Parts: sequence; C-alpha cells; structure tokens
Amino acid sequence: MVDLSVELSGLKLDNPIIPASGTFGFGHEFAKFYDINMLGSISLKGTTQEERFGNPTPRIAECTAGLINSVGLQNPGIDNVIKYQIPELEKYYNKKVIANISGFSLDEYKYCCEKIDKCDKVGIIEVNISCPNVHNGGMAFGTDAKNAAEVTKEIKKVTTKPIYIKLTPNVTNIVEIAKACEDAGADGISMINTLLGMRINPKTKKPIIANKMGGFSGPAIFPVALRMIYQVYEAVNIPIIGMGGVASAKDVIEMMLAGASAVQVGASNLKNPYACKEIIEDLPVQMEKYNIKSLKEIIGGAH
Amino acid sequence: MYKRDCYEVKSNKNIANLVYEMVLEGPTTYITAPGQFINIEIDGFYLRRPISICEYDENTIKIIYKVVGEGTEVLAKLESGAKLDVLTGLGNGFKTIKCGEKPLLIGGGVGTPPMYQLCKNLINEGKEVTVVLGFNSKNDVFYEEEFKKLGAKVYITTADGSYGTKGFVTDVIKDLNDYTYFYACGPEPMLKAVYDNTNTTGELSFEERMGCGFGACMGCSCKTKYGNKRICVDGPVLKKEEIIW
Repeated sequence: MVDLSVELSGLKLDNPIIPASGTFGFGHEFAKFYDINMLGSISLKGTTQEERFGNPTPRIAECTAGLINSVGLQNPGIDNVIKYQIPELEKYYNKKVIANISGFSLDEYKYCCEKIDKCDKVGIIEVNISCPNVHNGGMAFGTDAKNAAEVTKEIKKVTTKPIYIKLTPNVTNIVEIAKACEDAGADGISMINTLLGMRINPKTKKPIIANKMGGFSGPAIFPVALRMIYQVYEAVNIPIIGMGGVASAKDVIEMMLAGASAVQVGASNLKNPYACKEIIEDLPVQMEKYNIKSLKEIIGGAH
Repeated sequence: MYKRDCYEVKSNKNIANLVYEMVLEGPTTYITAPGQFINIEIDGFYLRRPISICEYDENTIKIIYKVVGEGTEVLAKLESGAKLDVLTGLGNGFKTIKCGEKPLLIGGGVGTPPMYQLCKNLINEGKEVTVVLGFNSKNDVFYEEEFKKLGAKVYITTADGSYGTKGFVTDVIKDLNDYTYFYACGPEPMLKAVYDNTNTTGELSFEERMGCGFGACMGCSCKTKYGNKRICVDGPVLKKEEIIW
C-alpha cells in the first residue's frame, strides 16, 4: 500500500489533489459527475466583498495545450458564499475546504478574511493577490514584494486560520515576493496563478477576449510553474501548494519533487470534469511505477 | 445529472453549404429536453465544442453543425466508426408546458437544429406548429422537408432572396398573428429582432464561447433581469421576459 496523505499547516489531506480556484465553482457542478469526497480538498471560487459580474464576454479563448480566461472574479460575494455556497457544498463534501479571497483594497481583503475566519468548513484561506483579470487590484498586490507583505501582515491580524498567499508568475522575481510573504507571516504559498496572454482572431483582426488579455493556463504552462516552484522551495521554509498545467499523476509527482506539498488541478477540470478523479486513481499506479512509498517523502526531492 | 461517454459516429454528411449532419450512437438517458447541447472533445484541441442536439432517441444523438473553425473542420472529416468523448445532459432546454396550441418556432442558420426535436415533441403533444427558418442563401437551406414531414407549416427566408421569402425571419413573422408562444434560436441580431417583432412571450436560445460547458468556469455569463446567469447551465434557453439587451 502506498501512502497518498499529505499535510498543509496541520490540515491533513487524504491525498494532495485539490481542484484549483476558478475551475471548480463551489463544487456543486462536479458533484453531478462524481462523488467529490475523494478530493484532498477544494479551493473555492475567488470571493470578494460584494457580488461581481466580472468582465464582458467573450471571456474564453482556446490555445494550444491550454486556454485563456478573463472571467474577472465573477462571484456572489462573501456573505452569499458563507450563507449559501458553502452550506450547499457541505451536502456533497465532508472535508475542509480552502476559501479563496480576492480584493481591490487592503480593507476588502481584511473584511473577507475576517468573515471567512468564522466558517468551520474552511481549513485554509488562500489569498489571491495575483488575478490578472481585474484592474486596480488583484495582481497589483502580487507584483510588488512590499505590497504582498503588507496584505499578508494585515490579514494575519484578522484570522487564526492558515494563510496561503497565491502568487502571480507575471513578475521578474517571484522568489523575492514569496520570501516577503513568508517574512510577513504567511503560513504557505500557492503558486502559480495564470500567465498573462492573448489571442487574436484573424477573421475579425481583433483580440478574441473582450478584455483583450487574460490568464493563460493549461498543460503548456506546466514547465514554467515547475521551475518557479523549484526556485521558491529553495528560498522559503513554508509549504507550497503547487499548480499550473497539471494534467496527470506524473505531473503531480514532478511538482511534488520540485517542492509542492499539495497540488492543485485547474484547467484540466474544464476539459475533462473527471480530471481530479482520474489523477487520484492513477497516483498509486504511478507511485508503484516510480518506486514511491509515500508522497510526503518526495516533497522537494529534486533538490 | 451530467455524463461523459464514448460515442461512435454512425454517419456524418454534408447537407448544406459548410453544414454537416452527424449521428452518434451512445447513451442518451441524461438528455432531458429539446434545446440541450452536448460538448464534444476533438482530437488536437484543448477545449470541447458545444453543439446543440437536433434529435435524439434511446441510443442515438443527431447533431447539425457548421464548419466555422479548425475544430469543426476536423469534426467534418470524421468517418463512420470514429469514436468521440462527449458530455451529455448539458443546458436547460426548452419547456413545452406553457406554449398554448399554436407555437411558433424560429431558427436562423445553424440555430435551426434544436428546433427539430422541439417541433417533434410539440407535434406529438398535438400542437399546431409553424416553423420559420432564415438562411443567407439557397445553398445554406436545410431541413425544410424534414420539418414538413413532421407536420409543421414551414416558411423559409433567405437574405439574398435566392429561395423562399427574401429578407429575414422577421419579414415572415410580422404577418403571422395567431401564434400563442414562440421559440427561437439563431445569431444574436436575429434573436433581438425576434424579441422586438413578436407579440407573445417565448423562449430564446443563446450562444456564447464556453470554457467547460457545465457551469464551473463562469466563462459564458450574462446579465438577466433575474440576476447573473451562465449560458451553459442556466441557459442556453432564456425566457423573453428575463432578457436584457
């Protein structure tokens, strides 16, 4: 028997597979495909203080081995999430979840984290300072080490739950930002968010996405994510939730060898709603193949 | 509930200019209403292609699609025996319960296919169905005879006047007065014109670029009078009274 269990800041996961925020809604849709209780945890849709419609459509553009999205943080707002979305998810999912919080100001981040702090279902708060699809917020906090540290420090004041800062790859030096977050008290790092990209329709001669640019994700970005996780693992002593183009159990093993303590699966869920299920089922097979007894033991093994 | 299954292509034929009719064999138990769609994985492409269901029975699904890009180009080349990974049970579909005795069905181009199963169901329910189909030109016209065979009264319009009434579906609709409800599917400018030129309530089926097709990614959202909706799960069919143009 192989051991798939991992741990994130005291939170024990049966396996390291977590659907990534924004690709799994609040879990309800996937419960119509399979029993989602098998998932290690779930990272919920990015949530802001107020309800948001998000960006105009088209919001999606296909790419080779991936897609660009420019949803723009559409969500029903923190109160709705706590009152309706999480209780609804409790009907299909009996483990702790990861709440994903976004904001346009320090106060908004604090407000949302303070509220979600009281929610028992939430085991970890993932703080998104890296959304490429909203102006005057999101990524603006994640591209500057000083800002990233300040958000981290302020959020730590309003919650006792573990805080994982979700970082953007759209920076010159991600290591510096990860370290700043660690120094400011972050319990972990989530990385990477999407890469800023675009597509142009040769028929109309205009960008496909209404907002022109969007976040590129999918298997094409896996090597970039892996490289950044490898670099950040060398620099920090807090756990990393790795993500970026993960599409197979082998990718999960690679990402954990680079330094991830758990792995989120994003774009793959949209292409194949059973992606997480299939990866979890294939993990023991791949572990046997690569002579791995326990996933915990391979974290950072490539260093 | 949603379901993914493997389907076998039974036939795939060109029925009009760039328009193909494909019959797939596989489970259909998760399809619950006309106007729903399936989401097809195509070799070499990252995202699935959402295509409306034209007709279905216990073990086959018929779709009609137009070659509009590289994905549908590959689809058009598939031969009988090819296997496809398909999600079914997607979308809300049309409701036939409140349509009265004389429903009007309006299809524009490849917005026509979902009207076929709907027409079949309505005629089985004993309704007197009128169908108005709009195309660009004579070469684009398809399914006129098929709708007639079901027992519907059929009008065809072409934008260039090469077949049927010259003009748009609204040029026919404006002279029709005794329908009790309408159903429409087609390009958005047509839907808007239908909305403005119909004197009953009805249901309109929309199209949008989708990521997943089952409600997870929020890629295809729209605003309605009843709040934000996702075209893929809360639609593609919206009620006339909830639409904001």
